[in-house]
Amino acid sequence: MTEKPQARVENIDRDRGHYLLHQMLRIRRLEERCADLYAQTKIRGFLHLYIGEEAVAVGVIDALRDDDAVLGTYREHGHALMKGMSAESIMAEMYGNVEGCSMGRGGSMHLFSKEHRFFGGHAIVGAGLPPTVGLALADKMLGRDRVTVGFFGDGSVAEGEFHESMNLAALWQVPALFCCENNLYAMGTALDRHQSQPDLHLKAASYGIPSIQVDGMDVLAVSHAARRAVAAIRDGSGPQFIEFLTYRFRAHSMFDPELYRDKAEVEKWKERDPIKNLTTYLRERDLLTEQEYDELDQSARQEVERAVEFAEKGSLEPVEDLLRFVYSEPEEDR
Amino acid sequence: MTITYREALRTAIEEALRRDDRVFLMGEDVGYYGGTFAVSKGLVEEFGEDRIRDVPLSESGFVGAGIGAAMGGMRPIIEVMTVNFSLLALDQILNTAATMLHMSGGQFNVPVVIRMATGAGRQLGAQHSLSLENWYAHIPGLKVVVPATVDDARGMLWTALEDPDPVVLFEHAGLYNREGELTLDGEPVDLHRAAIRRAGTDISLITYGFHLFTCLDAAEELAQRGVDAEVVELRSLRPLDTETFIDSVRKTGRAVVVDDGWKTGGIGAEIGMQIVEEAFFHLDAPIRRVCRAEVPMPYAAHLEQAALPQVDDVVEAALHLVKPHV
Repeated sequence: MTEKPQARVENIDRDRGHYLLHQMLRIRRLEERCADLYAQTKIRGFLHLYIGEEAVAVGVIDALRDDDAVLGTYREHGHALMKGMSAESIMAEMYGNVEGCSMGRGGSMHLFSKEHRFFGGHAIVGAGLPPTVGLALADKMLGRDRVTVGFFGDGSVAEGEFHESMNLAALWQVPALFCCENNLYAMGTALDRHQSQPDLHLKAASYGIPSIQVDGMDVLAVSHAARRAVAAIRDGSGPQFIEFLTYRFRAHSMFDPELYRDKAEVEKWKERDPIKNLTTYLRERDLLTEQEYDELDQSARQEVERAVEFAEKGSLEPVEDLLRFVYSEPEEDR
Repeated sequence: MTITYREALRTAIEEALRRDDRVFLMGEDVGYYGGTFAVSKGLVEEFGEDRIRDVPLSESGFVGAGIGAAMGGMRPIIEVMTVNFSLLALDQILNTAATMLHMSGGQFNVPVVIRMATGAGRQLGAQHSLSLENWYAHIPGLKVVVPATVDDARGMLWTALEDPDPVVLFEHAGLYNREGELTLDGEPVDLHRAAIRRAGTDISLITYGFHLFTCLDAAEELAQRGVDAEVVELRSLRPLDTETFIDSVRKTGRAVVVDDGWKTGGIGAEIGMQIVEEAFFHLDAPIRRVCRAEVPMPYAAHLEQAALPQVDDVVEAALHLVKPHV
């Protein structure tokens, strides 16, 4: 069941290289700006940045169709953006504006979009996994060839719900892709201090789920693995599991002084930055000029600035609406 | 037609499965075992394993999967064997099902029905005898219904399945064998109105679930002692139909609340406080609560019975309020 980590994959063309690079830059620039805005107190609450891990969301979600479903964690800005949600709707949500993707009711940790089949934004570790199984089960029971992808961190692997969900997914052979973003820390507790078996894909394999470990800092490796897995799932061969070895460059949240890891370790991982990694790869093959990189980067930065502008001009939901959406509203009242 | 509470529930499930292809039943031992309380006996043979879906002992996993399936277009009926085990799924029920619509700014509703047995009285000890309806009734985003009659056991499920939001349905285990007269034709029933099960003028006995029958028996006994008691069955604990019991108390001026749960922080406390807020100046006597004793449920029959609300306790509480000097 378990395969060796994927080696470097086949050559890609210029357009695809640029596309993947641009997607990662969009997420990176959005989140860098979020960090600034947090310091300016424009964004409040918890803010968990994905910086360093972008290759995973980009490579996996790129392999999906629009009607496939995605569930994320509280570190899900990148996934939401990649699933097609606008930077405007995400930024407005972080501002707590009514124009936000969750009307300001969710915040950074609870981004949602029905239109894009982005099912959150789950901030109880591991709790997105049972609904992932259920969404996939619904597709299976209704005879639809859609795939449901659940993202979760290494921390959730210690939760009972992880094991319950793996068992159910394998038992019912649901069309779900489980993407473990192993960034080596469950908040501030290192993997080898919270897992008796740190090779996390082995746990899914033990439930009979085809399971591999992939370099999560290499978007091409991620993309290759995700495409293969999604194709197999869509063909009806049941769930698949991919453990992505990745690393977050920033603190767990904006409140984390990072007492649990060495700066040297962070610097070492930064050498494997997925954006630098792909840039070097493309440059070495003459698939990217410096000017082209700047254009892609500028485009990402401009998109983010437009999003900030949108959020700055946004409005707040009237307090009279506080009690809306506790229960569904009758059609005629909407 | 006379029918047991169990048969009424089974009929409701069967009808729902026939009516709507999106409906399926999932839970521990709902299939070949026939349901722990034999509610789904025979259904797997008729509807197959997909729609009568046995699940592993993974309460959080299968309740969460049911929530996901509901968001994916199905209409699952999730049977959690008993409320005692539902605590293992409480995170999914509270943090996922109940919050989803609000947290997503109105985008994702969760049309799921969660059924569970509740209550004590069968010498099952501390871990199998809980009544935690109030825990669920505390949660905005859920609807909590407590059928006591066979009409409600049959009709509430239909209404619950048509509801776009999560509905938790409590079945007191002491009711499954109870027979009743089916007066309705199996149509959906209103979920949110309390019912006056016995009209009276002297005192209101306010209750839900199993203790409807405790209160009806108590009312008979009180009648023999010259006290005309009104019995109000709440039927739904969230939303709570305050209007009906407040009107009753305004009329009678006295209230005893009978609650199968513990007294502290219970449904009885909520009802009592609503009366204080809305009908204080109509009261001719203090409000009384008859609740479960504040202990983990003991095994020994005499202790268990002593810990649960009994007809005599209700009669005594009522007499104390009506005839304080007798």
